[in-house]
Amino acid sequence: MFAYVVRRVLATIPVMAVVALFVFSLLYIAPGDPAAVIAGDQATPADVERIRASLGLDRPYLVRFGAWVWDILRGDLGTSIFTNLPVSTMIAQRIEPTLSLMIVTLLLAVSVAVPMGVVAAWKQGTLVDRAVMAFAVLGFSVPVFVVGYLLAYFFALEWDLLPVQGYTPFSRGFWPWLENLILPAIALGTVYIALIARITRATMLEVLQQDYIRTAKAKGVGQRAILFLHALKNAAVPIVTVIGIGIALLIGGAVVTESVFAIPGLGRLTVDAILRRDYPVIQGVVLLFSFVYVLVNLAIDLLYTLFDPRIRY
Amino acid sequence: MDRRSFLKTGVAAGAVAASGGLAAPAYSQAANRTLRFVPQANLANFDPIWGTQYVVRNAAVLVWDTLYGFDDKLEPQRQMVEGEEVSQDGKTWTFRLREGLRFHDGEPVRARDVVASINRWMPRDPMGQLLRALNVELSATDDRTFRWVLSAPFAKMKMALGKNATPMCFIMPERIATRFDSFTQINEYVGSGPMRFVRNEWVPGARAVFQRFEQYVPRNEPPNWLAGGKRMMVDRVEWVIMPDPATAAAALQNGEIDWWENPITDLVPVLRRNRNIAVDIADPLGNIGSFRMNHLHPPFNNVRVRQAVMTALSQQDYMTALVGDDRNLWRTMGGFFTPGTPLYTEEGGEMMKAANLERGRAMLRESGYAGEPVICLVAQDQPITKAQGDVTADLLRRLGMTVEYVATDWGTVGQRRAMKNPPNQGGWGMFHTWHAGADAINPVLYNAVRANGDGAWFGWPNVPAVEAEVPNWLAATTIEQERAAIGRLNRAAVENVVYCPTGFFLGYQAWRRNVSGIVKGPIPFAWGVSKS
Repeated sequence: MFAYVVRRVLATIPVMAVVALFVFSLLYIAPGDPAAVIAGDQATPADVERIRASLGLDRPYLVRFGAWVWDILRGDLGTSIFTNLPVSTMIAQRIEPTLSLMIVTLLLAVSVAVPMGVVAAWKQGTLVDRAVMAFAVLGFSVPVFVVGYLLAYFFALEWDLLPVQGYTPFSRGFWPWLENLILPAIALGTVYIALIARITRATMLEVLQQDYIRTAKAKGVGQRAILFLHALKNAAVPIVTVIGIGIALLIGGAVVTESVFAIPGLGRLTVDAILRRDYPVIQGVVLLFSFVYVLVNLAIDLLYTLFDPRIRY
Repeated sequence: MDRRSFLKTGVAAGAVAASGGLAAPAYSQAANRTLRFVPQANLANFDPIWGTQYVVRNAAVLVWDTLYGFDDKLEPQRQMVEGEEVSQDGKTWTFRLREGLRFHDGEPVRARDVVASINRWMPRDPMGQLLRALNVELSATDDRTFRWVLSAPFAKMKMALGKNATPMCFIMPERIATRFDSFTQINEYVGSGPMRFVRNEWVPGARAVFQRFEQYVPRNEPPNWLAGGKRMMVDRVEWVIMPDPATAAAALQNGEIDWWENPITDLVPVLRRNRNIAVDIADPLGNIGSFRMNHLHPPFNNVRVRQAVMTALSQQDYMTALVGDDRNLWRTMGGFFTPGTPLYTEEGGEMMKAANLERGRAMLRESGYAGEPVICLVAQDQPITKAQGDVTADLLRRLGMTVEYVATDWGTVGQRRAMKNPPNQGGWGMFHTWHAGADAINPVLYNAVRANGDGAWFGWPNVPAVEAEVPNWLAATTIEQERAAIGRLNRAAVENVVYCPTGFFLGYQAWRRNVSGIVKGPIPFAWGVSKS
């Protein structure tokens, strides 16, 4: 197992190298000029050229790529073209809100969606099942920002229960931290809940047809124990897979959610950087996301062994 | 107590009890001393010489002071300067600084700081470049006095040093102004303005914080835009960046923010219905919508084609697409300069207001237009350019032109518009933009109206008759002489269609009614603003 983990961690290095090359090349050929944005409308072409030179954007592709890779190898993600701040500082400023949002969303989604899916499978064909499925369809169909605006309208403006926007760091207390995350987590989690609930239901339906479930029922095991101890554990592998894949969904959704709820997270940082062509920031954030995604996949693979002892690495 | 406070109190009761709690009056007082403001855009950098975006300038006026400052009549008034003397021949200016000026690091403001700051500012500013060309010697004669010797008189000196168009001539310590040239970004934000920049709370894209500078000595006169006493009535100003207008509207209604610089017009009716919110025009100098044609290549290298387009366009169509039906927010214009300002003229501007599609079609037929495609660049990520681009594409098609609509983003437009290649080789035919009214008040600040060929702004118009009037305006010593020069310039610019203005438009600002002292102006002036 340990050897497997080490192998997988080492395998991230070529993956990250490919991502780095891809992102850098894509940005290099993409149109747009940060120097022109910085110089403003009053600037002459000569001014723009001087700014481009001062930023090192006039250097050849290989020179720029080599310098960037060399800096990364030394643990330096570079400096933002616009803010003049180290990219690592900007990421550090933004990582807590995004991480908080993802954790709360994940907890909310799993704690709501799994029981929903289990109950829907147990009560297959009943009103409960249809309600869960209707919710799932709705969750898939309504965009995050619509859910976000509706939640903000009712919970913040109409009923004055929660704030509309912003983020309070965890260090300032649990409730101030949580109250800013409840609405965004529900908005972001809706599609995720729908996805997990559907998969849980489908997998549970399959498992509930198995012989060992029938045996358990024949032995007089209670309904709750059958569902949550026997069936759910055996249905866990596909559910955990979907949860893992869904993290990518969350990263994408966080961009919109952070904008709607004015949360200063990595999603907004990425969008701002793309619109301004702040290359070092884009490259740094994409590398980070790729790294996180690779690690999440590794964690999911390891979790399989927990739910299914037959799986060995 | 409202529901949210009740909920908060309930959940946090234990924690508050354990910590000894926070006295409610103290909390309320602190909240009343903090102004939470949503600016027009993200403060992505904070060097007002290096980065010329308006949002940077708007933040910079809190932190850096200026020698002179425009009042609401666009007249430069003394700010850091106590007095000035001009020699008989008009070539030597001697300035004396006010007493008690201090930087945020505690150092006094000295004349040599001013000299270094002016030297850093000049290369980036159109008026600064004129001064630089005339510069013989700029030097500090003592700690509070500096002298500027020019090779020729420069009547607009105070305007150059006090204008509100970017980049403004901000004064920073000599050690910073000399360490970073005009094209390199500073990394130390020390000014002598009424607020200090709290760098460790700056999260670009999310928040910027300014703290009152206790040692700031305001002038005795009442505040008037950038002139007069900049008295801060709050201790702290927090800029909260909100990319989503609906969120900003909800936050303002909910009392989570105090002042929103630029609510979109769609949301203004909602805000107006809320009795706790006031809405008013933000900047009376407004903006001028525009599209520029490429004078180097067909079809717009033909002045008759440009005239056909200008004759056909309806400013009303553009303005309705931009700001809707609210007639308080826009007007058509027959001149290039900002309506309502001293130099605005409609001399020779009938073509701009013609809005005659039939006549435009006839003119196009007579122009010899041979169906060359017009590469029309439209940035989709800027609502102003998107709306204008859609109207233009429709106009050109109705006029009988072939249009290649290039939907792209502002960053790409910024790069592609600099290319002089023919349109079919990566160049362009036209692009859309807008000009701040604060810039379009004279021909030196307003580079869009200049027509000096290769040296001109993108599109590179070459109209000697326009350029001939710029030195005339500079040399003018009375407003009548200035207006005469600008009248002739306007006529030549219209006849040759230097570019096409699409109308003059304004925007709203909104604030909570417990905030007072907000004025209309080209910058959201925080001095004089208080909260109750």
